[in-house]
Amino acid sequence: MTLSNILILSALVFLIGLFGTLTKKSAVIVIMSLELMFNSVALSFVAFSRFAPGGFLGVESASRVLSGHIMAIFIIAIGAAEAALALSLVIALYREKSSIELTNSVDVREF
Amino acid sequence: MTPNEIVWIIFCLPLGVFLINGIFFTLVPNRFYKTSGILNSAAIGVSFLLTLFLVFRGLDVQLDHQSGSFQWMSFGVFEITMGVMLDQLTLVMISVVTGISFFIQIYSLAYMDHDEGYARYFTYMALFTASMLGLVFSKNLVQLFIFWELVGVTSYLLIGFWFTKQSAIKAAKKAFLMTRIGDFGLILAILFVARHGSQYLDITQLYLGIQSGVFSNEMLTIIGLLMVAGAIGKSAQFPLHNWLPDAMEGPTPVSALLHSATMVTAGVFLIGRMFPLISAVELVSTTVAFVGAFTLIFAATMALVSNDIKRVLAYSSISQLGYMFLALGVGAYSAAFFHLFTHAWFKALLFLGAGSVSHAVNSFDMTKMGGLRYRMRGTFWTMVIASVSLVGIFPFSGFWSKDEILLGVLTSNSLLFIVGLVGVVLTAFYMTRMMIMTFFGDYKGGGSGEKEKSPQESPPMMVIPMISFAIPSILIGFILSSPFDLGFIEKHAFMSFLDHNKLVFPVYYAHEVKFNFLLAIGSTLLGLFGVFFAVINHQKFKINLQSLRVILEKKYYLDYLYENLIVENLFYSKFIKILDIVERRGVDKVNHYLSYSLRWISNRFAITQNGQLQLQSLTFVTGLFLVIVGYMIWVLVGR
Repeated sequence: MTLSNILILSALVFLIGLFGTLTKKSAVIVIMSLELMFNSVALSFVAFSRFAPGGFLGVESASRVLSGHIMAIFIIAIGAAEAALALSLVIALYREKSSIELTNSVDVREF
Repeated sequence: MTPNEIVWIIFCLPLGVFLINGIFFTLVPNRFYKTSGILNSAAIGVSFLLTLFLVFRGLDVQLDHQSGSFQWMSFGVFEITMGVMLDQLTLVMISVVTGISFFIQIYSLAYMDHDEGYARYFTYMALFTASMLGLVFSKNLVQLFIFWELVGVTSYLLIGFWFTKQSAIKAAKKAFLMTRIGDFGLILAILFVARHGSQYLDITQLYLGIQSGVFSNEMLTIIGLLMVAGAIGKSAQFPLHNWLPDAMEGPTPVSALLHSATMVTAGVFLIGRMFPLISAVELVSTTVAFVGAFTLIFAATMALVSNDIKRVLAYSSISQLGYMFLALGVGAYSAAFFHLFTHAWFKALLFLGAGSVSHAVNSFDMTKMGGLRYRMRGTFWTMVIASVSLVGIFPFSGFWSKDEILLGVLTSNSLLFIVGLVGVVLTAFYMTRMMIMTFFGDYKGGGSGEKEKSPQESPPMMVIPMISFAIPSILIGFILSSPFDLGFIEKHAFMSFLDHNKLVFPVYYAHEVKFNFLLAIGSTLLGLFGVFFAVINHQKFKINLQSLRVILEKKYYLDYLYENLIVENLFYSKFIKILDIVERRGVDKVNHYLSYSLRWISNRFAITQNGQLQLQSLTFVTGLFLVIVGYMIWVLVGR
């Protein structure tokens, strides 16, 4: 297993997320796709950290080696918070429109 | 105090009054508005006294030309200065302006008493006096031009003073636009001078530059002719003379001050100021002489038939300005300004008399006057004095100055001399005709009102200034140009004073001022002949050359030429039509297609702005993608 394998996997996951974000009608699925993109980024962080010179096996400095992992944990935390916020927006949207389909929310252009 | 500082004070007094009157009485009308007139008279009176002080001091003190310049603007090497140029010519002009202006302010107090625009009138008058004073002491051509235009603006404002009258508005516009044609020449002349270096904008430097040959002969010709164009416009000489008779729409004191004594002499003054330049080239000075000679006959013939008393005087002013041009053209510098000086007094008096007559009969139409001789004695006698002076009968002041001009012309060109003599006869004829129609015969009813049934003499506030003008009209010529020493003043004092201007005549050429008895008697006889002929014509012949009369009454169809043919037919119908086509077919179409194509493009782009969240995200992602791809290509190709 090499760095590039993992990065390709990460890119694929990102593109799947992007595709979902741009094409799906339902707001919940869009949020899920956003989470996918988050996680692909987190994956690449971990991969860089793992394959960094002196990483994992040859320990040089704990902080340097672990920084990628720490970043991944941050991303997961932020992703959770963002999911909570996004879901509340979805609820607000539903109350307003009785629907969670994004195509219906075209009011923005009216000004 | 130095003379320069006194000149600044003389200038600033009316200027200050203009500001006070303008701010406190015109912009904010209130019940103290009558103060404006008194303030005006007081300030200009003080200016007049200071001028007299300066005159008596300046006669024996060496005038200081170099000091008193300060920098006004600077663009790198190009700088414009301002300052006082106090030479003999300035002194003469300042005394004319303040002296005449002062008495006319007093006259105006009575004349404008019941006018609604009382404060506005005096505001404009103060501004005019200030700008005219500024004009005559300007040391720099740019400074001179500023005041030159200010004088034009105040003339416009005062001609159109009664702005509810359609004819007054028209006359004001005509005056402004026609003088602008000449002013354009003056601007070009100043620019041509400035091209040789900004220091030559200073008039004293310009004189030196001309002497040392900085300007080529062709350049001098061009500058000179353009300057003359400016002077022709301002002094209402042929072919830009039409505005002056129409300018009589303004209040009569305005005509007396601006359109006979001071403002129209600005053109003569300009030529006098530029005398070294004008006289340097034969062609230019000949042009000036011939323009003057032609105008003096031309305007006098139109005065022969006009029935409007003020128009007769206006044509007379044009004609007399023609004399001054003629004198300057043949090199009789001091004679021209002597005539300007004497003419200012008696012509202002004639206008004031006309104003007084119209005040009584409520009309300017001489066919409605007549027989006012016994009813208005003060007006009658002062006007007789002024007329006789204008005709040039010994020993009134006009006699002396007109004789000096004729003498100057005689020594240079005999054709122009004959023109000058014919002018004398014509002047005598139309002045006599005017006096007969106004003051003799039976009274013909005046204007339409009830008051005009029995016209009364005007109030003393109007008659006193007229008497004040009558005294110089009688005496000033003899005192200032007597052929022998009077004891308190030397012979030909005025003219030798002007001839000793070291700036204009660095080498005092022994301009031998001789008194030519033959000429004096001859011109007086010619004048008397004109008077006699007019009287005889009025009583016996009643010559009526119908076709000639029509031509003269139509002012040689020049108004028709300018207004109908040039302005209406050529300018509006042809030139404006072409511009109209260019505008519609060219500019408008380009604008149309430009905006149309922009609209088309934005309509295409408007599709993206549909509020669809995901489409906008897609646009964002696509843009990011393109940026990244572009960067990669740039990096790869750059390698």
